[in-house]
Amino acid sequence: MAVSTDPLDGTLLKEQFPLLSREVHGKPIVYLDSAATSQKPLSVLDAMDDYYRTINSNVHRGVYMIAEEATNRTEMARALVRDFIGARSSSEIIFTKNATEALNMVAQSWGRANLSAGDVVVLSHMEHHANIVPWHMLVAEIGIQLRWIPLDAEGRLDLTELDTLLDGAKVLSVTAMSNVLGTMNPVRTLTDAARKAGAISIIDGCQSVPHSATNVQDLGADFLAFSGHKMCGPTGIGVLYGREDLLEAMPPFLGGGEMIRDVRLDGFTTNELPWKFEAGTPAIAEIIGLGAAVEWLNGVGMDNIRAHEISLTEYTISTLHQRFGDRIRIHGPSSPLERGGVFSFDFDGLHPHDISQVLDQHAVCVRAGHHCAKPLMKLLGIGATARASVYVYNDTADIDALADALDATGAFFTL
Amino acid sequence: MPGLEDLYREIILDHYRNPRNRGELETPPAHRVEGFNPLCGDEIVLYLDLDADGRVADIRISGQGCSISQSSASMMSAAVKGKTIAEIDDLTRAFKAMMSIHENSLEGAETTDPIEAPDVKLGDLEALRGVVKFPVRIKCATLAWNTLAQGIEEASA
Ligand SMILES: Cc1ncc(COP(=O)(O)O)c(C=O)c1O
Repeated sequence: MAVSTDPLDGTLLKEQFPLLSREVHGKPIVYLDSAATSQKPLSVLDAMDDYYRTINSNVHRGVYMIAEEATNRTEMARALVRDFIGARSSSEIIFTKNATEALNMVAQSWGRANLSAGDVVVLSHMEHHANIVPWHMLVAEIGIQLRWIPLDAEGRLDLTELDTLLDGAKVLSVTAMSNVLGTMNPVRTLTDAARKAGAISIIDGCQSVPHSATNVQDLGADFLAFSGHKMCGPTGIGVLYGREDLLEAMPPFLGGGEMIRDVRLDGFTTNELPWKFEAGTPAIAEIIGLGAAVEWLNGVGMDNIRAHEISLTEYTISTLHQRFGDRIRIHGPSSPLERGGVFSFDFDGLHPHDISQVLDQHAVCVRAGHHCAKPLMKLLGIGATARASVYVYNDTADIDALADALDATGAFFTL
Repeated sequence: MPGLEDLYREIILDHYRNPRNRGELETPPAHRVEGFNPLCGDEIVLYLDLDADGRVADIRISGQGCSISQSSASMMSAAVKGKTIAEIDDLTRAFKAMMSIHENSLEGAETTDPIEAPDVKLGDLEALRGVVKFPVRIKCATLAWNTLAQGIEEASA
C-alpha cells in the first residue's frame, strides 16, 4: 500500500492541548478516545475564560456595552459555524446542547408536525442511539414505522435495496460516519435517493464534521446534527443545521424566553430564526468556545486533518496487523479512504473491559462497551468492543504505545 | 495506586479461563433469568433449579462478559450450589458488604458504618475484594449476584 503523506505533525500539535501534557499512572497520557470526546486546544479554553472574565453578561436583552459584546461574540460564533458547514444563512444554525438534542429537536418538532400513523422513517443498522431512540419515541407516540438499511460484510451500508426502503418514506435519517466501524457513508447518494423518493434527509454529522470538510449544499442534507465537544469545542454545545424553509414551517421545540416575539395572556408568537428554537439563556461561554474551536480547525485546515487521519489510519491498521496477525480483528472497511480513524477491535478473545483496564495501566485511553450502538452490536454478534480513535493531535507514537500496551495485555492474560 | 494484580488475582483468572457450572438447564423444571449490565453490554443468563426444600439443586450460567463478571458468576455458582435460600441470602449480603464497605471508604470516610456482614466464609469469593479499588468494575462483580437474587425471587414466587 502506498503510504500517503501526512501534512500535519500530531506531535507538535499536542503542545496546544494542555491535557495532553499530563501523566496518568506515572506515564505520559496516550489519548485515543476522541470519537467519544476530543481534547480542547488552549485557544478554546482561553476564549471561554475570557468571556467569563471580561464580558460575562446575558445576551440579546442588554443595551450596555458588555452585553452587546457578549451578543456579538455569540453571533460571530454562529457565523463561523455557518461558514464552516457551508450554510447559506445564520438563520439555519441553531445552537443546541449537543447532537442528541439536535436530533430530538427534528424528531419532536418536524416529526410531530409532519408525521402520522404508518408514515415511514428510514434509518440504518449503524446508527447511534441518539438517532434511534427519538424515532422509537415517535413509534410509540404516533405509530410511525421504521425501516433499516442493512450493512454488508465489511460494515458498509448495503444500498442495493435503498430505493425500495425509501419507497413511500417521509424521512431518511442516517449517520455520515459510524462511531463504531469508522465507515464513511456516501451521504450525497443517500440524500439524492431520499429527495427522489420525496423524503427529507437528516444527517448525523457527529463523527464526520470534526474530521473532514463539510458543506451542507454538497451533502444535499435537509438537516445536519453535530456536537461541539467532538470537534475541539466544549461540552454542552451542539448544532442543528436546518434548511430555512423547513425550519420556518416547524413549530417551536421548547417554549420560554428568547424564542418569542410577543407573549400575551392568550398566547404567543415566535421569534424569528434561529432564536425561535433557542429558548432560554443559551450556553454563552460554550457557544464562544465552539466559535474558537472552529477558528482553530480552520487554521489547521479540514483537508489537512482528513489527510492526517488517512495517514494515521493506514499506519494503525498495518501496525496492528503486522504485530498481532490473527490475534486482532479490526471492524469496518479495510480501505483507509472509506473510513475515519475509529478502530473497534477484538483482541485475543479478551473482553473489551479487560483490555481497556490493562491499557489504562499503560496510560492508553480507549473506550470499551457498546458505544451507544446496541443494534449494531447485535448485528455484529458481540456485546461490546474496545475502540481506539484518533484525531488531529495523535501521532504514530500513540499507535505504537497502543500496540505495546496490547502486547502487555495479551501477555498478562495468558500467563 | 492499586495495581492490576489487585484486580486480577490468579484465582479470578482461573475461574475466567475455566468457568464452573457453565451451560444451560432444561426449563422447566429449572428457572431461567437474564441479567444485563447496560454500561458495558455484559449479559448473564442464569438457570436455577430449586428443590422442594428450597435448596439450589443445580445452577448453570451462560452469557458473555468480562473476566470480572464471568469469574464472579463462576465463583458464585460454586458457592451457592446445595445451599438453602436463607444461606444464599447471608452469602449475598456478605459479598455485597465486601464490595460496599470499600465503596464507603473510597468516598473518604474511614470506616463509615459498614453494611452489617453476616458471619459467613466467602472462600474463593474473597479474591474479588480487590475490585472495590476499581469502582467502575464493581457492577461487573455484582451482576451475577443481582441476577441470582432476581432468579430466586421469581423461582420461589
Ligand atoms: C454518531 C454519533 N451520533 C450521535 C452522538 C451523540 O452525541 P452527543 O452525546 O454529543 O449528543 C455520538 C456521540 O457519541 C455519535 O458518535
